[in-house]
Amino acid sequence: MTQALPQGRLYESQKLALWYFWVALALFGAQVLFGLLAAWQYLDPNFLYGKLNFMTNRMLHINAMIVWLLLGFMGGVYWFLPLELGREVVGIRLARFAFFTLIAAVGIVVLVYLLVQYGPGNAFTLWLITEGREYIEAPRWADLGIVAVMAIFLYNVVATALKAQRITGVVAVLMFDLVALAGLYTAGMHYTPNISMDQYFWWWVVHLWVEATWEVLVGSIMAMALMHLLGTPRRIVETWLYLEVALVFGTGILGLGHHYFWIGTPEYWLGLGGFFSALEPIPLVAMVVHAVYDAGMHRMHTVNQPALFWAIAQAFGNFIGAGVWGFMQTLPQINLYSHGTQLAPAHGHLAFFGAYVTAILTVIYMALHQVRRPELARFDSKLWKWAFVLMVVGIFGMSAAMTVSGFTQTMVERAIGGSTWQAYIDAQQHPWFQNGMVWRFVFGVFFLVSYLLLLWDLVTIGKGEARAVKGVGAHDQ
Amino acid sequence: MEIGWIETTVGALFATVVLTLWLSRGSGWLEPRFWRNAAVVSSLIMTGVLAYLTIDSLNQIREGSARVPAYAVINKEIGLKRDYEKRRDIPVIGEEVGFFGKVWSEEEAYALVNKGKMTLQSRNCMDCHTLLGNGAYFAPDLTRAWLDPKWETMVKGMTGKASKEEAMAAWLQHPDRYPTSVRRMPNLGLTDEEAMALVAFLKWMSAIDTNGFPDRFAGVQ
Repeated sequence: MTQALPQGRLYESQKLALWYFWVALALFGAQVLFGLLAAWQYLDPNFLYGKLNFMTNRMLHINAMIVWLLLGFMGGVYWFLPLELGREVVGIRLARFAFFTLIAAVGIVVLVYLLVQYGPGNAFTLWLITEGREYIEAPRWADLGIVAVMAIFLYNVVATALKAQRITGVVAVLMFDLVALAGLYTAGMHYTPNISMDQYFWWWVVHLWVEATWEVLVGSIMAMALMHLLGTPRRIVETWLYLEVALVFGTGILGLGHHYFWIGTPEYWLGLGGFFSALEPIPLVAMVVHAVYDAGMHRMHTVNQPALFWAIAQAFGNFIGAGVWGFMQTLPQINLYSHGTQLAPAHGHLAFFGAYVTAILTVIYMALHQVRRPELARFDSKLWKWAFVLMVVGIFGMSAAMTVSGFTQTMVERAIGGSTWQAYIDAQQHPWFQNGMVWRFVFGVFFLVSYLLLLWDLVTIGKGEARAVKGVGAHDQ
Repeated sequence: MEIGWIETTVGALFATVVLTLWLSRGSGWLEPRFWRNAAVVSSLIMTGVLAYLTIDSLNQIREGSARVPAYAVINKEIGLKRDYEKRRDIPVIGEEVGFFGKVWSEEEAYALVNKGKMTLQSRNCMDCHTLLGNGAYFAPDLTRAWLDPKWETMVKGMTGKASKEEAMAAWLQHPDRYPTSVRRMPNLGLTDEEAMALVAFLKWMSAIDTNGFPDRFAGVQ
């Protein structure tokens, strides 16, 4: 196969990556839309009551997010891998097959979610409609499909590295991480009537998968991005990546314990979970230091400003969303009262956006640059700054509003009211809670507008200017 | 077996640091090799500790253990008591009172709670409610739902049923008919059997020792 393609040409793997990106962006839109519907139902509980209930909107909201982020990550890897290894990805047809299979499966699952919504209380529902377990609601047939797609993905990365006879530090980290990524997902596929055991392994997917293996996956992608975006030397990038893995796994694996405070598990998790999760922000602080230093070294100059800005937003967003908002409620003494309140989605929104959305947008801007403009030409538009600023304001606004509501719940429902049904209702009707929900919706609309601006910018940026490259043509796919 | 968390923490961190330093002899701390060793060592040690703790935890949360009661607990009275030494509430299992007017054998209780859990998943309860504090936040937490005073003070009257479990089952089948707030639960078409099973599941769950969450539920003295 081709070694080091001539300037301006794309590897097949990169053309495929663009497909991944556009579908990811479409699902991002679906996530925002169903999120808004769910947010509106807080304000008007009768809206679509009995037809498209909160539970369905919310399920589509979080599942769209998981799938689009995964697609974004896979796109990012398919984009950078041939550049990293200097050769085409092997099994490109297999990769295409996996892509279309995944899209078809997602389409079927979404239709079932919308049209069928729920089923009888038996194994039929769990296999074909929904498993009904928050974040991993996908029916079991789709779960198996996701693992198969991840296995194909892992195979492609490993086989390409073996064929290229070149395993860089980044690729080594990536390979080990993908093994964990495919493996941990299977922990969420077991049924048991014992809710304590159910939750024990549920968190292996929701914490270890999302907070550990995804963090490392995004770290590998950002490492490759930084080498191309700022020309940071490999030695420095890889040292940072190792350091990040050491800290993320060193703190995050037992940091899992902060989810084991109240599910029936032994008391030692209170101490272990509290201690290790207090350490979890450390790698995130390290990344902020690194990002500021790196950007400062280059005086914020690069030909691809939007990508640089999203990369810096990634470092800060990850630290603030995952680190600060997470730490705020992670000690058992606080969590006893804040657990199960709007503080959790406040943290979730900020963390997912800060850690993952920003990273994928960085990579998409870099990919579009290579597709549409010569390598050393500036990649710029008037719109991207608006999209960037509004989106950051939107997500912070939503999170701040939910923080106020969550604080009200913590006090009124948990600390004073004794967590009963009536205490729940009292907290939900408290003006501070309700104002929070209004502002969450307002900033949600804000976010939708910024999403549309972003999408428009991604479609148009760099187009219409003279393209010095030939034979690309993949941008309109 | 009781594991001290401080010993575990200090031991895991100490082993990680010592092993990393030993493997990285001759490297400066800014070299890639040092941090590669640190990454591999910390991942392996923490995974090892997690594996060990998982085995211990699973033994402690097996149904029928001290923390997670056997399913036949649905036949018993369940309550909460403040443990002032530990400063938390613990579930207490009382007299045998039966459930839906009969005493269920261990196998029957298992089948019923199992059906309840399947029903819970099939109706996607966690995308509105929280259980053990996890889930969505659109509807009340169900961790101690069985012990909630509202069943006695309000729902029994609404549904005209004689016992709490019958009132709960009737309410679950027609939540749209018995509003308790502006936000109503939709009618999810539960069958008689599913409603009864769901109540059994909720009763069983309320007897799990959750390290005191939620604190002073319904104002436990």
